[in-house]
Amino acid sequence: MTTADDPASGEQTLVVRLRVNGMWHEVRVPGRRLLSDALRHDLRLTGTHVGCEHGVCGACTVLLDGEPVRSCLLLAASADGHELTTVEGLAEPDGTLHPVQQAFVDCHGLQCGFCTPGFVMTIAAYLRENPDPDEDDALAACAGNLCRCTGYQNIKAAVLRAAELSRGTGR
Amino acid sequence: MTTRLLGAPVTRVEDPRLLRGEGRYLDDLGQDALEVAFVRSPHAHARVLDIDVDGVLEVPGVVAVYTYEDLLESDRDDGTHVSEPLPLLIPHPALHAPRTAYPLAREEVNHVGEAIAMVVARDRYVAEDACGRIVVRYEVLTPVVGLAAAREAAQAVHADVPDNVAAHLVQQVGDLAAAMAAAPRRHTLDLRVERSASMPLEGKGVYARWDTDEHTVRVYTSTQAATSVRAAVAAKLGLALNQVECIAPDIGGGFGVKIVHPWPEEVLVPWAARRLARAGGPREVKWVEDRREHFVSSAHERAQVQRVEVGFDDEGHLLAFDFTFWHDNGAYTPYGIIVPIITSTQVLGPYKPGAYRCEFFSMYTNTVIVTPYRGAGRPQGVYAMERAMDAIADATGLDRALVRERNLIQPDEMPYDHHLVFQDGRPLIYDSGDYPAGLAKLKALVGWEDFEAVREQARAQGRRVGIGLACYVEGTGPGPYEGAHVVVETSGKVKVATGLTSQGQGHQTAFAQVVADQLGVALRDVEVVTGDSRRFRYAVGTFASRAAVMSGSAMHIAAAKVREKALRVAAEALEVSVDDLELVDGAVSVKGTAPGSSGTSLSLGTIAVLANPLRYAFDEASQAATQFAVGDTSQAPVAPGEEPGLEASGYYSPQRSTFASGVHAVVVETDPLTAEITVLRYCVVHDCGTLINPRIVQGQVHGGVAQGVAGALYERMEYDEHGQLLNASFMDFLMPYATEVPRKVEIDHLQTPSPLNPLGIKGAGEAGVIPGMAVLASAIEDAEGFRIDAMPISPSELFHLRQAHERGELPSLTRAGRPKEFLP
Ligand code: FES
Ligand code: FES
Repeated sequence: MTTADDPASGEQTLVVRLRVNGMWHEVRVPGRRLLSDALRHDLRLTGTHVGCEHGVCGACTVLLDGEPVRSCLLLAASADGHELTTVEGLAEPDGTLHPVQQAFVDCHGLQCGFCTPGFVMTIAAYLRENPDPDEDDALAACAGNLCRCTGYQNIKAAVLRAAELSRGTGR
Repeated sequence: MTTRLLGAPVTRVEDPRLLRGEGRYLDDLGQDALEVAFVRSPHAHARVLDIDVDGVLEVPGVVAVYTYEDLLESDRDDGTHVSEPLPLLIPHPALHAPRTAYPLAREEVNHVGEAIAMVVARDRYVAEDACGRIVVRYEVLTPVVGLAAAREAAQAVHADVPDNVAAHLVQQVGDLAAAMAAAPRRHTLDLRVERSASMPLEGKGVYARWDTDEHTVRVYTSTQAATSVRAAVAAKLGLALNQVECIAPDIGGGFGVKIVHPWPEEVLVPWAARRLARAGGPREVKWVEDRREHFVSSAHERAQVQRVEVGFDDEGHLLAFDFTFWHDNGAYTPYGIIVPIITSTQVLGPYKPGAYRCEFFSMYTNTVIVTPYRGAGRPQGVYAMERAMDAIADATGLDRALVRERNLIQPDEMPYDHHLVFQDGRPLIYDSGDYPAGLAKLKALVGWEDFEAVREQARAQGRRVGIGLACYVEGTGPGPYEGAHVVVETSGKVKVATGLTSQGQGHQTAFAQVVADQLGVALRDVEVVTGDSRRFRYAVGTFASRAAVMSGSAMHIAAAKVREKALRVAAEALEVSVDDLELVDGAVSVKGTAPGSSGTSLSLGTIAVLANPLRYAFDEASQAATQFAVGDTSQAPVAPGEEPGLEASGYYSPQRSTFASGVHAVVVETDPLTAEITVLRYCVVHDCGTLINPRIVQGQVHGGVAQGVAGALYERMEYDEHGQLLNASFMDFLMPYATEVPRKVEIDHLQTPSPLNPLGIKGAGEAGVIPGMAVLASAIEDAEGFRIDAMPISPSELFHLRQAHERGELPSLTRAGRPKEFLP
């Protein structure tokens, strides 16, 4: 990480290296730039959404070295050198949807889709560690994210469906 | 054979794109645009004495700072109308003192969050820095917070409205005074509902791009009414309508708040884009609302204080219903008095109240404006009526469901005229419905008759449970109209557009189902665009559960025209009668022959080619339509009365709204120690006429129920006496997570198609939320044994009610089938 003063703003900036969805990126950002903003506006990966910018809704959830984190609560600089997965990186290279994504289609787990990337990332990480959830687990898996549209019933169903699909595909 | 799609629970065509992160929400657009932040009032009521913007332009990255003075100057020099108050969208004769805000405050602010100055900068971080440098001097005035203060009127929100009454309306049917006097029994209820809000996960946002070459502006906005924003922007900026295009991109939920327009930002952002471009600067400007802004500068709903007096007989017949309420409309009335009008009419539900009178006062307070939130006044009306039904049951010792049954409008009384004026200015006439059947289904679903055994069993385990029910009727699909355009391209693909907007309701799927059925094509061959004025210019908007009814019907009408033309063109080309043809599998074929057979079948793509006689060929398909290839030389290539192309527009404009209905029941458990309230079962019987897609309707019900439960148990806007919103974040405003909504929603449908539209559709978008407060109040009081009059109710409030009850300040209920003095 190198720092410099941006001549236009007089603000100190840093070069941050992020490995996002398997690809290395280098961005020069002010120290206060949020990871969510860096992903969305510097890398233009707009699949990660921002619903509250204060860590409550979970729409901005991405995987940092495989673990779900709220990208609105992290500075881009603090993710320097780390591996990130966003919703854009979830499907297979040939475009086949990830089992969690497919389960959301099958179960009508989304309406407006704004909260969806956060749920999908959270649930994908959850299922990796709990591949065989029951109904209580399904509730726990999605209980940290806000959705205003679906009333959550079909998101819970999607957790179970995704587990079923994963068993089929071995993912 | 193409299978029928109408009524099929197909998965949504919009999903894969949204799931891959390929949605295009407002803040995903305009990555290179300048960004806007606002200085907003920290005071609920104040005079703005001075705004000091000195030095702000020196902040690196700041491009412009605007205050009301700049709006005035623009109007003077550039012929805009931005310094005028924002429009009063829906005037009404009873709204005698309408007030709307200025895009940027002029002299006075009337709620915390009102915009005072606008900064345009390189990015939002810099814009916010600059806002911090702006110094505003205020003379702080005493704010009016809450309905009690508004009614007391010791202070006025607007100096020229000393009693704080914006509107006063009385509607009456029959001789209420006589009916009430004659009623064998009477009862009065004082009820209260607090504020909540739509709270979509995506806030508002506006992105405008001024085109210096063409002198046009393209406005993207997270709105429920794109065509109307377009007209408003044109009017405010002094532009011709064809200089403005307005597009609602993917929208992260609306629930009502985005039907209001133009928001100050919808005027200011395009205005700034043009102003900067004219000065030779950048021409793209964007504002994206943050969550705190959404709490303090968008809109809320629900708060009412109600008084209900009912006259009834010993059999529980409602003979007279006298309803007075005070509605908190916040600081301004841009959306008129739609919400209280809806409360005052939809309060009647599925019942025949004998004589009826409703009087309401719409009151100013120094708080965020009040405009429709899903349900739009209906939850409050249903709450008033259903509380009254429970009270009548308790007074007469009759079963609560029985009292309702005795007052229901019967199917053979349809259409039923209430002799009132509804929110669309049209008579309140229920078109159809079978309310007794709905109630019977609900009783069976929840096991109403067997509940005492359930209660006994719970009691034996030291648990406290209760059951409640609530009925509603919802006017859906109000006019004036919607339209649709359907075109078959020469590829055979069908492109469809309607002007109303989508916020997650699955319109791309539902409308495609309607069109695909008419044209005999596969769902994947139909592409639907909504809310883009470039594609369809005439529209009203998405509200009042109207999209499926209005645009769905328009789709059907437009597609039927295209179908008819396809058959006509094919009949001519195949030299057969139209009656011998059918439209199946993307082709018009002679009945009994396989689609695609040579000489007896033409694909829709080929028909599209033939429908557009050409001089110039640009590919193999179009060669078939050139002038030396086709046509009877004795005829005009385009016959009189015909138009080129396989396409049509269709409009649907109903005489009046269609009325959906339903009944909800809920079983709750209340913790004897902590007063925690748990929903054990939530049951819904719902009639929205013909279902286009049961999967989507189910999702709408689920989401509505969650918001209904939220409004009953969790959500409220916590204003202090200074008009500060204390819980303006997701941290403090208790929007439910999955753990706060019922574990399961049990749904049964009833389908009584509407006679008012070709598909028999009634709206489904709001139903789930409407009876939420009523049904939970009913169940909680059933569990507790004393009356619940204020919603929402938290465990601590319930705990305090218990204490009051124990002290004898809150009488016990007597209830049918229960011990006289019923102890839970
Ligand atoms: S945007 Fe990060 S948690 Fe809401
Ligand atoms: S689908 Fe709209 S917020 Fe979850």
